[in-house]
Amino acid sequence: MSTRVRLLITVLVAVLLAAVAVGYAALSRSGEPDEVASTTVTGPRLMVLTNGRVSTVSRSDPGGPREVGEQRCDRVYSAGGTTSCLRPVGAFKAGELAVLDAGLREVRTMPLTGFPNRTRVSDSGRMVAWTLFVDGHSYAANGFSTSTGILDTRTGTAVASLEEFTSTLDGAPATAADRNFWGVTFAADDNRFYATMSTGGHRYLMEGDFTARTLRSIADNVECPSLSPDGKRIAYKAAVNGDPRQGWRLSTLDLQSLEVRALAETRSVDDQPTWVDARTIAYGIQREDGVNDVWAVPADGSGSPVVLVPEAASPAPIG
Amino acid sequence: MYLSTITRPKTAGWKGVSANVFALGAVSLVTDISSEMVTAVLPLYLVVGLQLSPAAYGVIDGVYTGATTLLRLVGGFLADRTDRRKAVAGFGYALSALAKLGLLVAGSATAALGAVITADRAGKGLRTAPRDALITLSTPSGDLGRAFGVHRAMDGMGAFAGPLVALAVLALAGDSFDAVFMTSFCVAALGVVILVLFVRDHRSAVPSRPVRVRAVGGLWRDGGVRRVVLAASLLGLATIGDGFVYLLLQKREGLSIGWFPLLAVGTSLVYLLLAAPLGALADRVGRLPVMAGGYVALGAVYLLLSGPLDGWVLVVVVVALYGVFYAATDGVLMALAGPLLPEGLRTTGIALIQSGQALAYLGSSVLFGLAWQFWGPEAATRLAAAAVALTLVGTFALVGRRS
Repeated sequence: MSTRVRLLITVLVAVLLAAVAVGYAALSRSGEPDEVASTTVTGPRLMVLTNGRVSTVSRSDPGGPREVGEQRCDRVYSAGGTTSCLRPVGAFKAGELAVLDAGLREVRTMPLTGFPNRTRVSDSGRMVAWTLFVDGHSYAANGFSTSTGILDTRTGTAVASLEEFTSTLDGAPATAADRNFWGVTFAADDNRFYATMSTGGHRYLMEGDFTARTLRSIADNVECPSLSPDGKRIAYKAAVNGDPRQGWRLSTLDLQSLEVRALAETRSVDDQPTWVDARTIAYGIQREDGVNDVWAVPADGSGSPVVLVPEAASPAPIG
Repeated sequence: MYLSTITRPKTAGWKGVSANVFALGAVSLVTDISSEMVTAVLPLYLVVGLQLSPAAYGVIDGVYTGATTLLRLVGGFLADRTDRRKAVAGFGYALSALAKLGLLVAGSATAALGAVITADRAGKGLRTAPRDALITLSTPSGDLGRAFGVHRAMDGMGAFAGPLVALAVLALAGDSFDAVFMTSFCVAALGVVILVLFVRDHRSAVPSRPVRVRAVGGLWRDGGVRRVVLAASLLGLATIGDGFVYLLLQKREGLSIGWFPLLAVGTSLVYLLLAAPLGALADRVGRLPVMAGGYVALGAVYLLLSGPLDGWVLVVVVVALYGVFYAATDGVLMALAGPLLPEGLRTTGIALIQSGQALAYLGSSVLFGLAWQFWGPEAATRLAAAAVALTLVGTFALVGRRS
């Protein structure tokens, strides 16, 4: 075989293989935007994520028609016309927080490092909080590491990590390096907030003051707090027997009496619960095939859990 | 004793680098684009995507390399015995190409992923020794440093382009890992075609009786060969693997995940620029001193990973030194060892050296993963630096006098 023939064959094969590669890449791209049946929903609604896309359902018929938007988030929350969206981490893309307006248009973004975990917005829509798993530190100890921050959308003040705040545990300063914060929930005054601080194998409910930059402990074994609409109770996940490895029981805590009440959901729940109204708690549970459903259970410990929105996650009540 | 070594001129300068070396270089270039595309995204996929701990990553990285060692020896011996080095190398290249398709099927199932990575490494194990043997057999002994330098430079060009191609594919195909794996397969297939069409097999000048298994034992009894194999294994103990070096750098500097593959690109750039000049330097001043210089650079990398520098200076210096390490050691070791091995057993001998190195690397990457987990990254890298110093002393004790 002459050199020319060999070169010709090589070029032909190269062109053929290039066509295969390009064709495959184009095909895997066109398969990307999964079309979901979408309709317009009005009245009191619930915002959820449907397959990672911001969606809304009617509160009176949450299992019914769904309006599916274009915004993609790993975790979402909405209140007072502000939507906070933790964007997914791509193969070559760091994560970010996107703040969206009432029309779900992007108002601002903040680059964040880590894997989206929790996010909340204060009722007025002014304060935004987020929690991410940070992979970088998780190898040091036998646990994981989180990074929790708060953004004041009115002043633009951002606290990158609650570790910057002064924390006290039963009145004594807490400075241990193993402190981790997660799961912020805001009070009505846009200044006070609650969050979980873990240190020394315990997970405390902390009450925070944004302007004073302080945090103080209130109770033990409270994770992912969620403040009730009247501001008197906390819904949260309580580690079974104080040991997260045994799973979590959805519970409520009366902030006045510190009385704890276990809710009727007996399966382990790993989510920051949401008050859809004064009497109902919503939360996500993952099926064995990896799909999430949003469930609801009465806040007073009675009744039994029911599916609120099938094939959805990250619920938030909106106007 | 060996006819071809006697009649061939000892050195012809750059002209000693034959067309066959360039053909093998072209195959390596194309194949490396393919394999580095996958390598660039794999650690990310395993540690960040599948959330494997560093210890588990160390095991995957090392075990599959080590598991293919026996196969490498068998392949080397087979190539010598049948006198068909091109066929054995070709089988290895084809196997690795098919493994890229396997990645598509394996998905995130860890066991299947392990099997596919094993097949890929097996292919690499099978092909390297016959390929390097072909290079030594197509080159005058005095020009081996240059020949390996040219080959490794072309190889490095592929390694340089691979992660960039992966990035481009991800950008164009909407973050689809599958598209990366498919493209990688197509590129690898082209490499096999080039090998089949352009690489000339080197048949022995003297038709001799087939090599016996017993002859391999004779190889081991040769003091010079034994010392080189031991030295190569020692040096293998000092390497913790690219994945760890880049992970440490990424964590230390909080680099966003997007920079990860670019670290490999930077290293390859330094490698491909320096491989040929350092190979020529090794031909002139001796191969051992150049190799020792490479390991000093590696030790410096480990020290810097927990050292005083930080920011961009650290990233640039570490990547540059890591490239120097590869340029000064990879091809140079083969150039050092080649002439010590009798022609009829050269593939087996090269396989023996590469196996020793791979086995040692298996041990060191697992140990390093554990050290990182239990003592933290600083202590682990200092330990690795100390290991480099010790193995260098050992290497000089073993092969220093002969060079």
